[in-house]
Amino acid sequence: MAEEKELKNLVIQGAVYKTTFTKRFENRVKYVTPDPNELYSFIPGTIIDIFIKTKQKVKEGETLLLLEAMKMENQVRMPFDGEIVKIHVKKGEVIPNRHLMIEIKPTK
Amino acid sequence: MSLRSNVLDLRKRKKEVQKGGGDKAIEKQVKMGKLTARERILALLDKNSFHEYDLFVEHAAKDFGMEGKTLHGDGVIIGTGTIYDKPVCIFAQDFTVAGGSLGLMHARKITKIMDHALKMRVPLIGINDSGGARIQEGVNSLAGYGEIFFRNTLASGVIPQISVILGPCAGGAVYSPALTDFVFVVENISKMFITGPSVVKSVLGEEVSMEELGGAKVHAEVTGNAHFYAETEMECFDQIKTLISFIPRSNLKKALAHKPKAPLKGVKVEDIVPADPRIPYDMRDVLKSITDGSEFFEVMERFAPNIIVGFGRMNGETVGFVANQPMVLAGVLDIDSSDKAARFIRYCDAFNIPIVTMEDLPGYLPGVDQEHAGVIRHGAKILYAYSEATVPKITVIVRKAYGGGYIAMNSRHLRADFVFAWPTAEIAVMGPEGAANIVFRKEIAEAENPEEMRQQKIEEYKEKFANPYVAAAQGYIDEVIEPSETRSRILHALQVSENKSASMPAKKHGIPPF
Repeated sequence: MAEEKELKNLVIQGAVYKTTFTKRFENRVKYVTPDPNELYSFIPGTIIDIFIKTKQKVKEGETLLLLEAMKMENQVRMPFDGEIVKIHVKKGEVIPNRHLMIEIKPTK
Repeated sequence: MSLRSNVLDLRKRKKEVQKGGGDKAIEKQVKMGKLTARERILALLDKNSFHEYDLFVEHAAKDFGMEGKTLHGDGVIIGTGTIYDKPVCIFAQDFTVAGGSLGLMHARKITKIMDHALKMRVPLIGINDSGGARIQEGVNSLAGYGEIFFRNTLASGVIPQISVILGPCAGGAVYSPALTDFVFVVENISKMFITGPSVVKSVLGEEVSMEELGGAKVHAEVTGNAHFYAETEMECFDQIKTLISFIPRSNLKKALAHKPKAPLKGVKVEDIVPADPRIPYDMRDVLKSITDGSEFFEVMERFAPNIIVGFGRMNGETVGFVANQPMVLAGVLDIDSSDKAARFIRYCDAFNIPIVTMEDLPGYLPGVDQEHAGVIRHGAKILYAYSEATVPKITVIVRKAYGGGYIAMNSRHLRADFVFAWPTAEIAVMGPEGAANIVFRKEIAEAENPEEMRQQKIEEYKEKFANPYVAAAQGYIDEVIEPSETRSRILHALQVSENKSASMPAKKHGIPPF
C-alpha cells in the first residue's frame, strides 16, 4: 500500500509525517494579507458605471463605481480620503468575484 | 357487464398508465443511459414484492394549456415492497412524464408514501429524476417541495431515509436529499445543483459543464453531499441493498444480526501497523483484520478520506466504525473530516448502532484556510456528536492520540465506555518533537550544539510521555492490550454493553454547532 503511492511530507507540530495529500489540500489557496489600497469585487457582476478618473482626489464614502450583481446595483465607495491610482475595469465589463477593480492610495 | 370484463378493463387501464410518458419518452430515457422509474423499482426491490399506490392519480394543473394534458401518475411512482424480505416505502420520479416535474399531485403522492413510512416505521427510499418544479403549477409546486422537506425533517432519526439521484435534481429539489441520511449517486447520470450551468454562465460569466458543476464525482469527492458513488445504476442498487442489510428499520429496532463469522485468516493486525508513528499504513486493513469475514462497508469513501467511517459486523451485530486514516493527510482532523465523522456518529446514535473508534492522529490540520473556513465550529461537531451519543462507545488507541484530537476521538472524558490502547499508543498534549521545542526551549537555545540537544530532549520526552502508561495510570485508559487481542476485547466490550443504559438531561434538543 504505502509503497504504491508517492508519499509526501506533512509537518505537524515539528514532526514530519509520511502521508498522501487530498486534491483539496493541494489546491488550497495560499493566504495573502489584503492590501487596503486595492479594491476587489466582492461578488461577480457587471460594471454599469464608473464615476472617477485616474489621479482624481476622492473623499471617504464617495461612490467610485456601480457593480450590478444579482439584479442589485452595488455602490463601491472610497474607504478613506485618497487618490485614484489606476482603474482596472471598463464600463459594461463582466467581472468575476475577487477581481481587482481599482487601485487607490491615501492622501498624506 | 360481467365481473370478468371489469377486471379486463382494470388491466387495460393499468397497462396504459404504467407506460408512463409513452414509448417515445422511454426511448429518450434509455438513450440517456438511464433505466425507467418502474425498472429501477423492480431492480431494487425483492422479486414480485412491489405494490403500487396512486397509479391513477392525475395532475391538477389548470393553466397554460395543461388542463387538456394527461400526465400518467403525475410523473411519480409510489408504493411499498421488500428488500431482503423486510418492508420499505419507495417513490421514484418518472422522467418520461413531463420530465418528472413536480406539481401538486406529484408532491402529494410523495408525501403520502412518506407519511406511510413514518407511521409504519419502515425505511423510505426516494429515487430522484426530475427537471424540477412544474412551472405551470406555480406556487403549488413550491408548496409541494416544502411539504416534502418538512416530512424529511420529521422522519429524520426515526426511520432511515435514503435518496438515490438518478437524473437531474436541481434547484430547491436538492434539499430533500440533503435532509436525508444517505445519498447515492451514479457516474454520468446524477446531476445536483442549486443553479445550473446556464445561470452560472449568464450571471457570473463562468463556463462549466453540468458534470463539473454537480456530477456524481463532484458530490462524492468535493462537496460531501453524496455518501455512495457507483459506476452504474445496478451497482448503485447493490450498494443500497448492502446498506439496508446493515441498518435497523427504525430507531426503535436494532439492526438484524447475521451469522457470526471470524475475520479472514492471514490478516494479521500486528503486521499492518508500523511502530514509527510517522510512517503511514491503510487503517482499513486494520478494520478488516477485526471485523466478521473481514468485511467493511465504507460510507463517504471519497470525501475527506483522512477519516474513515462505515459499517462492519462483530459477532454478527452491526457496528459503526470511525477511524483516522494515517495514509491521507496523516489522519488529521480538519473541517471536512470532523463534519463527516460527526454526522456518522449521530446516525449510529439515532439508530442504536454501537460505535467503535480506532485512533491514530497527530491533531488538527494547521492552516489559514482551515482557521478562516471555521475549523473551530466545524471541529466542535465531532466533540458534540461523541458527547451526546449514548450507544455503546468503544475506543482503541492504535498509535498517536495528541492534543485536541485525543479528546475529540471518543476519549474517556466524553464518556467512552471502554478505552483500550496498544503498547504503541502515544497519549500526550502533542508529539515529542513539538513538545521538546517548547518545554526545553531554553536548554536547546543555550546548548553548544542546539540540534544535538534538541534530539536528546525529544528522546527524553518520548521516553517519559510517548506511551500509554501515563494515561493508564490516571485510569483514562482501561487496559493496554496487545494488538492481536483487539477483536476479542471489542467483542467482550460489546457484550458487556448490550444492555447499556445512559441518557442525556431532559431537553427539547441541543444546539449543535451546525
